[in-house]
Amino acid sequence: MHELSLVAGLFDTLEETAREHRARKITLVRLKVGKLAGVVPGLLESAFDTYKKGTIAGEARLEIEEVPVRLRCRDCGGGRLDETGDFACLACGGRNVEIIEGRELIVERIELEVEEPEPGPGGPAST
Amino acid sequence: MSTKDVLVLRDLLATNKQAAAAIRKELRARGILAVNLLSSPGSGKTTLLEALAERLRDRYRLAVIEGDIETERDAERIRAKGIPAWQITTGGACHLEARMIGKVLGEVPAAIDFLFIENVGNLVCPAGYDLGEELRCVLLSSPEGDDKPAKYPQAFLTADCLILTKSDLVPYLPFDPAKAAAEALSIKPGLRVFTLSALRGDGVDELAAFFVEALERLRSVRA
Repeated sequence: MHELSLVAGLFDTLEETAREHRARKITLVRLKVGKLAGVVPGLLESAFDTYKKGTIAGEARLEIEEVPVRLRCRDCGGGRLDETGDFACLACGGRNVEIIEGRELIVERIELEVEEPEPGPGGPAST
Repeated sequence: MSTKDVLVLRDLLATNKQAAAAIRKELRARGILAVNLLSSPGSGKTTLLEALAERLRDRYRLAVIEGDIETERDAERIRAKGIPAWQITTGGACHLEARMIGKVLGEVPAAIDFLFIENVGNLVCPAGYDLGEELRCVLLSSPEGDDKPAKYPQAFLTADCLILTKSDLVPYLPFDPAKAAAEALSIKPGLRVFTLSALRGDGVDELAAFFVEALERLRSVRA
């Protein structure tokens, strides 16, 4: 249940990115959450909705892509999705497997609303 | 107003990972072996530290950082063994984070050999947080059941060492140490497994020797 502390860290990244791009607001946040990341997507969503109030992402939507566990066998080289959760290679039955996906916890992309670029010379004159 | 799509690709735990990397670097430079102990509440982390303190304190300088949601109790138990201890009370947070360790580290004497960090009792959340430790040990006590590794894979995946505690109770419980070890090893091949009873003292010497070996290795790399 450390989703709230993760979300606090997420907002540091969001605010930093928004500043860099001189954004007015953040409209979408997309995360990739591995099945083995130790995080419950539903709890992450609730924490996000609580935290976002009054911030630059106050109206932002959160999208979470759950990443399944993908294994690679160090013995036979076989790769597969870990559907059974028993960390064994389906091809050779070996236990010497490496987890190549499914542990990530990443802010993948965000969508920002930014001011129109400043009109250059020849653009509409402001009064 | 226009919309802009920005590719961020930043680890949500990046801040913690950076803080942990800085701690690891500092501890290695000081020649200190840091061990992060992780388990459910009541599996015997503090009792194990008491037993280790008795075996190591004559030859080595130890310090302990205790993580708990409330109270100074665990730190007091360690101090009673003559070991300096710092208590971090998280006030509800379910795990320790690297910056909490960083704050305490300034007070820990520079000339020590071992720094043991007892994490908040919880087999889930602490697994996601690197504290800058050299070794991560997961404790599993016999009353908890030998089916826990597969139920809490992340803790075992990130561990270097599995310590099966309360072996003195095994005769009275449906707990098979070999099964627990095999299940953990299927998740994390190469995991070092120790079976011990900190209360009776069985098996504690082997674990202490493992930590001493790890300390010597850390210092030989540094030299």
